[in-house]
Amino acid sequence: MELVTPDLGLLFWTGIVFCLLLFLLVKFAWKPILGAVNAREEKITSALELAKKTQEEMKMLHAANENLLKEARSERDLMIKDAKEVASEMVDDAKGIAKVEAEKLVGAARESINAEKGAAIAELKAKMATFSIEIAEKVVRGELSSADKQKALADKLVDDINLN
Amino acid sequence: MIKAFLTVTLMLLSSAVFALEDESSHEHEDEKAFNVNEMIKHHISDAHEWHLWGDTHDGTTIYLPVILIDGGLKMFSSSHLYHGESKTVTDESGREFHYKVGKGSAAGYAMYHEEIYRLINGELVFEYGHPANGSNVYDLSITRNVASLFITFFLMILIMLSVARFYKKNGAVAPKGIAKFIEPLIVFVRDDIAKANIGEAKYKKYVHYLLTIFFFIWVSNLTGLIPLLGSNLTGNISVTLFLASATLLITVFSGNKSYWKHIFATPGVPVALMPIMIPIELVGILTKPFALMIRLFANITAGHIIILALVSIIFINQSAVWGFLSVPMALFISVLELLVAFLQAYLFAMLSALFIGAAVEEAHH
Repeated sequence: MELVTPDLGLLFWTGIVFCLLLFLLVKFAWKPILGAVNAREEKITSALELAKKTQEEMKMLHAANENLLKEARSERDLMIKDAKEVASEMVDDAKGIAKVEAEKLVGAARESINAEKGAAIAELKAKMATFSIEIAEKVVRGELSSADKQKALADKLVDDINLN
Repeated sequence: MIKAFLTVTLMLLSSAVFALEDESSHEHEDEKAFNVNEMIKHHISDAHEWHLWGDTHDGTTIYLPVILIDGGLKMFSSSHLYHGESKTVTDESGREFHYKVGKGSAAGYAMYHEEIYRLINGELVFEYGHPANGSNVYDLSITRNVASLFITFFLMILIMLSVARFYKKNGAVAPKGIAKFIEPLIVFVRDDIAKANIGEAKYKKYVHYLLTIFFFIWVSNLTGLIPLLGSNLTGNISVTLFLASATLLITVFSGNKSYWKHIFATPGVPVALMPIMIPIELVGILTKPFALMIRLFANITAGHIIILALVSIIFINQSAVWGFLSVPMALFISVLELLVAFLQAYLFAMLSALFIGAAVEEAHH
């Protein structure tokens, strides 16, 4: 049957066209296309690997950061504690000094007050003595201004002695 | 919405089919009734003209160049044969044969059933139902199948070079446009056909051939399905014969020691059986590509025959009403043929890869 009888002309042209097609496609299509596809696949693989590596590095960095932060935090706490201690010490010191100083001042004030008081009392005493002498003088003078009075006084004094 | 679209499509398709098939019925107007056999045979066979529409040889036809090697190169348009003088001869048993005698530059040649013969004394001699004028005329004409071979060639060059140009221009980036469509197929052939059957180590040598054969068959199968543009290229035994021979040659020439040892001294077979085994194995080398050849030819030709036969229902019954039965069925088969077009290309490439893979496989016992 002619349907299953190969035709020489078509066989000839198929051969020529197919070989030419194979040659042209290998040279200008398959090699560049497969090259690009392979290159891209390699690029993707390496990019994925790089991403994985970067992720791990990030993880490590993160951990390191955490440690650093922890250290910094504890250091800060320590510093705050020290500062607090120093501050309270300073406050205590200042308080003590102020107390001593105040006591000193109070003592000095008291001393000067006492001194003043003593001086005032002495002066008062001297004045009183003078006054008393003056008064006594005046009284004596009044008592002894007349003979009657002198006698009355003498009597009185005698009375007093008697009474005793 | 979809229903309306389908109805319109079917109506358009059926009207196209009426128009198309009107010619085929006219074609055989000189015969008594519509001859399904003749019509289908005409459509799936090769021809020296590209018949588009209208009455045969009088309607719109592209006359293709005839190239003959007959003591030198001879070229002329096939119209000199189609429009030549019709002659009828009767052989000894009383059968009638109609053939055309070339005129003008085709003088001295005659065409009978698309075959070109040299005239002896101005006529064709028939013996046992066949022309007996000898076949020392080599017909290298650009027939319809050769022309569609060229179409496939230019289509593939156009598509693949534009894909290659994309990568050349953009480097190794994600594909876009036509490259986005073609690349998965190329990767599919590389990974699932070449690598899977030949192996990672050796596939590189054969992947170019497999890619070419896969896309050649696929594109040819698809263009064959297009009305007017298409031709039954991959359903022609000459084409599949060439493709299967190419696979055979590659297999035989890449066969390694272990491959030939399996053929000439199959391990584990008693020496006494060798005289039987060696011929069987040798025949086996040929049967594999032979099956490739027949499978592709038969599948594609069968697809064309089914579609033509279903459309013929209308003309056998001489009623357009039958279109409601025949058109949906033909449409269904056409869509199925799209799948078959891919499947056959895949199978051919896959089996070629399998045969090559068996030939280059390292011994592992």
